[in-house]
This record gives sequence, C-alpha cells and structure tokens, in this order.
Amino acid sequence: MIRRDAILFAGLGVLVLALANWFSVPYTLQILVNAFAYALIALGLNVQWGYAGLFNFGVMGFLMVGGASVTFISYPLNDAFWSSDGPFMLFKALLAAIAGGALIWGVTRIPKKGNLAKLRGFLLVIAWAVAYVVYRSQIDPAARLIEAEADFIGGLGLPAIFGWVFGGIMAGIIAYIIGKICLGLRTDYLAIATIGVSEIIRALIKNMDWLTRGTLTVSPVPWPSPLPADVTAAGIANPDMAILMARSGFLAIVMLLVGVIFFFLQRAYEGPWGRMMRAIRDNHVAAGSIGKNVTKRELEIFVLGAVLMGIGGAILTSYVQLLDPSGYQPINHTFIVWVMIIVGGAGNNYGALFGGIFIYIVWTISEPASVILFSFISDMSEGMRFGAIPDIEARALQMRVFVLGIVITFALRYAPQGMIPERVRTQES
Amino acid sequence: MSLLEVKEVYGGYGGAPILNGVSMSIEREDIGVIVGPNGAGKSTTLKAIFGLLEVTGGSITLDGHEVANQLPDKLVPLGLSFVPQEFNVFTEMSVHENLEMGAYIRQDDISDTLDYVYEMFPPLKDKRKQKAGELSGGQRQMVAMGRALMSQPKLLLLDEPSAGLSPRYMIEIFETVVNVNKSGVGILMVEQNARQALEFASKGFVLAGGNNRFTGTGRELLDDPEVAQSFLGG
Amino acid sequence: MNEFIFFLNKVIISGATLGSVYALGAVGVTLIFGILRFAHFAHGDMMTLGAFISFMLVGVFQSLGIQTPLPTGFIVLPFAMAITAGLALGIDKGFYQPLRAKGVKTVTLLIASIGVTLMLQGLIRLFAGTATRSFFENEPKDLFRYKLPIEGVRSINISEPQILVILTTIVAVLVLHFFLTRSRIGKGMRAMADNPSLAQVSGINTAGVVRATWIIAGSLAAMAGTMLALDVILKPDLAFNIVLPIFAAAVVGGLGHSYGAIAGGFLIGFAETMSVFNWSIMFRGYDMPEWFPSDLSLVPTEYKLTVAFIILVVVLLVRPQGIFKGASS
Repeated sequence: MIRRDAILFAGLGVLVLALANWFSVPYTLQILVNAFAYALIALGLNVQWGYAGLFNFGVMGFLMVGGASVTFISYPLNDAFWSSDGPFMLFKALLAAIAGGALIWGVTRIPKKGNLAKLRGFLLVIAWAVAYVVYRSQIDPAARLIEAEADFIGGLGLPAIFGWVFGGIMAGIIAYIIGKICLGLRTDYLAIATIGVSEIIRALIKNMDWLTRGTLTVSPVPWPSPLPADVTAAGIANPDMAILMARSGFLAIVMLLVGVIFFFLQRAYEGPWGRMMRAIRDNHVAAGSIGKNVTKRELEIFVLGAVLMGIGGAILTSYVQLLDPSGYQPINHTFIVWVMIIVGGAGNNYGALFGGIFIYIVWTISEPASVILFSFISDMSEGMRFGAIPDIEARALQMRVFVLGIVITFALRYAPQGMIPERVRTQES
Repeated sequence: MSLLEVKEVYGGYGGAPILNGVSMSIEREDIGVIVGPNGAGKSTTLKAIFGLLEVTGGSITLDGHEVANQLPDKLVPLGLSFVPQEFNVFTEMSVHENLEMGAYIRQDDISDTLDYVYEMFPPLKDKRKQKAGELSGGQRQMVAMGRALMSQPKLLLLDEPSAGLSPRYMIEIFETVVNVNKSGVGILMVEQNARQALEFASKGFVLAGGNNRFTGTGRELLDDPEVAQSFLGG
Repeated sequence: MNEFIFFLNKVIISGATLGSVYALGAVGVTLIFGILRFAHFAHGDMMTLGAFISFMLVGVFQSLGIQTPLPTGFIVLPFAMAITAGLALGIDKGFYQPLRAKGVKTVTLLIASIGVTLMLQGLIRLFAGTATRSFFENEPKDLFRYKLPIEGVRSINISEPQILVILTTIVAVLVLHFFLTRSRIGKGMRAMADNPSLAQVSGINTAGVVRATWIIAGSLAAMAGTMLALDVILKPDLAFNIVLPIFAAAVVGGLGHSYGAIAGGFLIGFAETMSVFNWSIMFRGYDMPEWFPSDLSLVPTEYKLTVAFIILVVVLLVRPQGIFKGASS
C-alpha cells in the first residue's frame, strides 16, 4: 500500500508540473499556496471526522473566524478608532458579555435535582434574555459610534504569523463553546446543528460592521513574507520575477507550517493517544465502559481540528489580502473540504493531505477548463447557426460546483474509503 | 407433498453459518414447535424460511415452490406469514390500521377476515381505534398475531410468542394458537417455554448447534428422558 | 388600529405565506427522513428546480399566447409538479438507491445528497444563469387592498400570490391528510416510517412506497419552490437560504411526523416575521416615556434567517425529538 501512496503523490507532482507548463509558474504557485492551506483545513476535518467520527459541517464558520482573527491582528492600526471613545465602549460591552456569560453559567450550575430544579429551565431562559438585553444595550451604541467615527476598529498591526496563530486559538475557543453544547448530538443531527452554527457565525461576522466592515470588506491584509511590491522595491526590476519570488516565499512558509503540523499529527496518530481515539470512534459504548472519558476526548479532538481550520482560514485570508464575509459560501468552504477527505481517504492524514491538494487543483482547474470547453462548443454552435453561448465566464464558474458534485458521487460509489484509505491494522481489529 | 419442506438448510447472517443442516416438514394440520438452548438456531430457522437471512445450502419449499432467499414481500402472497418476537406492531398506528396493514397484499374484501380476527381476539374489539403502542404486552401480541392472520396465510411462523408475557397471557396465546390451527392454518413456532408448548405440538423439533437433535410429536419428546434431561431441564 | 393592520400585513400575512412555503418543504423532508432514514439535503435544490421548471413552462405558455385568469405560474404548477416528481424518482434511482442497496450508513446518504445538491445547483445556474427573474415580467401581480369601513385606517394588503399560496397549502395539507389516513399506499408509508422491517414482513411493497414518497416529496418541493418564487422573486440562491429553515421546521415538528412538519413550518415562518418586526410601532398611538426605545425588533432585519438556525440549534439541543407531545425519534 505504501507503493500506491507514493505513486499517487508522484502523480500529484506530475500534475503540478503540468499546470506550471500549461498556465504559468506564478499562477501555479498561487494554486499551491491555497491548496496547502486547504490541505491543512482538510487535516483539521480529518482529525474531527477520521479520528473521532464527529460530523462537522460548519467548517466555513471556523474558516471565517480564522480570517477575521488574522485581519484583526495584522491589519494596520486605525488611529481614528483608538482616539475615539470606541475602545472604552467596547470594553464596557465586553464586560457586559462576561457578566452575562457568568450569569448564564451560574444558572447552569443549579443542580438538576433539588429545590430549584423545576425553576432551572425557566431561570435559564431568563438568564439568556437578560444577558442578551444587557449586551445589546452596550454594544449597539458602541457599534454606532465606531461606525460613525472610525469606520471600523481596524487591526493591531502585528505580524501576520501571529494572526495565523491567533486565528487558530480563536477557532479553538469557539469550537470549545460549541462543542460543549452540541457534541452530545447524534451524527446527522450534529451535522445539521453545525451548519446552523456556521450560518450564525457568518451572519454575525457579516453584520458586525464595526468589527469587520461587513460587506464593505477589509483590505489589504498584509502578508507574512514580502509582497511582490516589496520585492520590487528591494531591487528586483522584473515584475514577473518579483511575483515569483514573493509567492515562493509565502508558499515556503505555508509548506513549512503544514509540514511541521503534519509531522506532529502523524506522531500522535501512531501513538497511544491516536489508538485510544480510534477505539472511541469505533465503539463509543465499549470505550466508555473501560473508563475512557469519551466526551472529554471528543471535545479535545473537536477543538484540535478547529484550531487547524482556523489557521488554514487565516492563511487563505492573508494570501488573498481580503476579508470579505459575503465571499464565504458553504460550497466553497465546507463541502469542498468534505469532498477532500472523502476522496482522499478519511482517517488517514496522508489521505487528507492528498485529497486537499488534489481536489483543490481539480476545483480551480474546472473553471478555466470549462471556459475552454464552452468556448469550443460555442464556436461550434455559432457555426451551426444556433448562436454563441452567452455569459460563458459566469457559467463556467458554475461548472466547478457541478464537477464537485460529480466527484463526490463517483467517490462514494466507487471508492467509498477514499483513494488513500485508512490502514486498518489487523492485529488491532 | 408437504406444505413446508425444509431440507438440510445451511445459513447465517454473512459470517459463520448458524444453521448447519436443519430439516423439518410441516403440514397444514400441524402445530410445529422448535425448542432448544440459546444460540441453537431456532429463530434463525424461522428467519431463513421467511427470507430474512441468507440461505447458503439446502432447500426450502412451500407447496412445492422453492422459496429460499426470496424477499418477504414475495412470500406473503404465497401464503406465509411471520410474527417477529420484538417490534411486532406498528406502534403509531391504530389496532385496526395494524390489521389493515396485514392485509396489504390483498385486493379483495377483507371484512370477513377482520371479523375472524376480532372473534379470535375479543379484547381488541373495543380497542380498534387505539394506538397499538399504548396496549399492554399481551394485547400487543394479539395485534401482532392478528396482523399476520389478515393475509389469510397457509402457514404462520411465530417467534417466541409468549416471550415477556405473564403465565395467564401465555396460556391464552397458546390456546389461540391451537384455535388458529383448527381453523386451517399451519403453525410453526419457536418457543422458550418448551414444556408448555410441546404439550400441544403435533411435531416437535429440538435444535442444538444449528442442526436437529430430536424430532417427534410433542408428547414423544416430553416423555423421552434423554430429551427431558438435556433440553427441558430434567 | 392602524398599527394593528400594519402588524397584520407585516407579520400575520407574511408569516402565513412564508410558513406555508416552509411547511410544504418540511413535509417533503420529513417524509423522506421517516421512510428513507436520511436527511435529504438536496431538498432545497429540488424546490429551486421545481421553480425553474415552472418558470420555463410559463415561458412556453406565454409564447403560445395562452392567457390565464390567475398568474400563469400557478396554472403551470401541476405540470411542474409532475415533472419534478419524475426527476425526483430519477435522482433516487441514479444516486441514492445504489448506495442503499449496498447498505451504507445514513451519513453517507447525507453526503450523497450534498453531491446531488452541488450537481443540481451547478446545472441550474449553468443553464439559467445567475440572474434573478420574476414570474411577473409579463403580467401584473395583483395586490388587493381591503379598506375597512373605519376612517383613516390603512388597508389590509395582500397580494394575489399570497392568497394563492396560503389557499393551496391548506388544500395540499388536506389532500395529504386524506392520503395518509385513507389510502392504501399512504398507510403503507406510515407503516414503513413506523417500523420498516415489520412493514417488509407484512408484505408491504417497500419499493412502491419509496416511489410514492419521492413523488410526493418532489411534487411538494415544486409547489413550495414555485410559490416562494411567485411571492418574492426567483433566484438560483433560493435553495440554500431555504434548506436550513426547512430542516429547522422538520426537526421542530419531530422528524418523520408530517403534521409536526407543517406546524413547524408555520412556527418558523411566524418566528421569523415576528422577530424582525419593530414592536415599538405597536406603542405609537400611546404616550410612551422618553427612554422607551424606538426600535424593539428582536433582531435586526439582516439576521432574519439566523432566527431559524437559532431555533434549530436550540431544539436539537433541548428536545431533538421535536416539541410536540408523543413525537418519538
């Protein structure tokens, strides 16, 4: 089986070289940067699904959290914000949120049996309502003020790498909260719930104009490595060469990061922790009965996977230098990742890596390939007097979606375990 | 030609076979009872006959038709009916609707059969409109059997009909089984309460390890000291 | 009084219309879940497909010069329903049945339905482009205003599509009720949802029941999609914005329970319209003190869809078997 893996990865290498040939090296570098970021995200999902059988269909939400975090960290300071009352009002709102959270947490500590038990549900609702109203009373005026005077809070102007780490941390925190609440749900219910949660996150990020400028978007978000403009300023006259060098720099950082993370993931997977996780995944009841704290482990896994997704999401936003909440679509950001691990091979880190890169390439290539295909058909139909096909560009974009659907269908039918399936060790099972 | 002929049947759920060459034959007048220790393959035999698992060897014929490995919805029109041990009623549907479901395959007027079933199980008459899930264990069993009778079967397969029932209900169920048989339906049932069931069995089959150990009339088996010792608890 | 009429227009009528659409979609989803045991994510796209088929049929009708007393979108509905039902059967046969035959987990079917969603979405946008269209490009959309015989009070506004949506839903619900309680196949469907193995053992033709399920789900999806497009606008995005509220409605009503799904649909519909309604308007006629906020809407308008998601998540956590008594999971 190791032979097959090697062949598949070699094939991938060949594909990349072919792309460089057909399109251009800088474009291929761009594809690779995104592909590796997605591979990282796929690794994150693989941790959640492959290791622990958790159904996270809210990947998009974590990506957005990562993107918003890196924007906040690495975007330059907005002096207008810092010199206004904005920070103070936000601070008050934060206090309100903490107070509200403490109130809710306090009510949840009421034991489920005993004197107050009957009122517990009722008090919980009241607690949530009070917390919400108090928070709104602080945040609404804060938001209005910030939007009026400073447009949005801006960033902290720190290096992008910090932003990536922060993105991971924030995603992890959100995952912890969500996980605490939702992880008890049955598989397809969990799937639906996570979709719901990610939509809520999207609505929040999109509408918190004071935080993210909402539909107005934030750009440019800085790179961790020199931009093409910086390279040119440093003395490289040829603009293409500048782009090449700059993108290679970015790619190098990303590949290094993914490599290091992959190494540690593999180590963990092969070690006792990995075995325990798979035991839990394969048989909840049995694992619970031998004393393993299933819920705690699942939460750990969920958070770990989310951290990876947050970092990946941050990388994506950094590269494209734009935070656009409306640009996040479940298709592009959740379903595609699922396709990556299903086609690549769930439960296997190599599979996730392969799937991430391969599917991203397929996804990106479908568009120009369709343009070529449609143009060809259009010329033919013009020749046959049916007239040209209008809007080829827009329609070709849709082909990507269709191709993704076809890939899922074929993968499920003919290779349900994925192209690099999990290696089941027969001694264990 | 027997109504049901099971010859040297091997079968299981896909892994190791559970049935290792089981044979039996039942006529329409028979009340056949299958007994034996746990894991002997008793319920498995019924399920093999009813197409609920894979038969890998031997043959099963009903009125001469080969029926092994057929889907249940082909077998019901041929005159076979099955009452599973558990989850044997439609809990969210009324008693009356349960019976109607039993008659799903029939195109003709089912009111005579409905009358017959309500006569056979008088307590159900008042509970027609009640949801089957709300009934007691014994009444549920009645609904389950009634449902199976609605297709006017030639042969009724019952999987541990007295399971989980109080002794009073068990006696009632067994009496009902005898009455149903008298009205012209062959019976083949698996029973854990071996002693009581064999009392009225015209054919008894003791299974162990997936094949036949002893075969005879119920009376014969009860009187056989070897059978009594090994399988009926002395 | 004015405020009450405003409330009626903005909340009651809108809520009833939206609720009707959600109810019809949710019934399809819940039937598929009850009988085929998987969450059919592609349902939203089935609704979009139905709406687009209606749109194309309207084009055909208009090019044939047929004039209709009611909006043409309505008249073509039966045809669109039939076509969509046929497509639904085809999709099942092509994509879900082979996997079911292999005995895959229900989660795999969910992913397969996502694959179908993507394919449908891609195809629809491919052929129809991404522009929004209106069913009323070539004919008027009647808006009825009922003036009450009271001085100075605003009129009750209801548009013709809205009336038709609500009426059709009522009819559809009644027809469905009779079907499920009086017809053989309908009862067979209930039996299969109740206890699939017993249904098979009883000789119920499971393949036939499955076909009936897809036909009903497909028809209702076409109905819901078309009516939504008639009320609002037809856009390819219709699907995704709809899927989650519909699942929310089905879950709230108890997955597998048709009547629950209908109730759930209306609940979510009204919840959405009520939570974005600016309740402080109701107090306009009275002298309220200075500090009384001017905007008492529960959530800002942009978050309207979020309301459905929140309800969904809350129900899943608190009572996943649905909020109605006796609903069993």
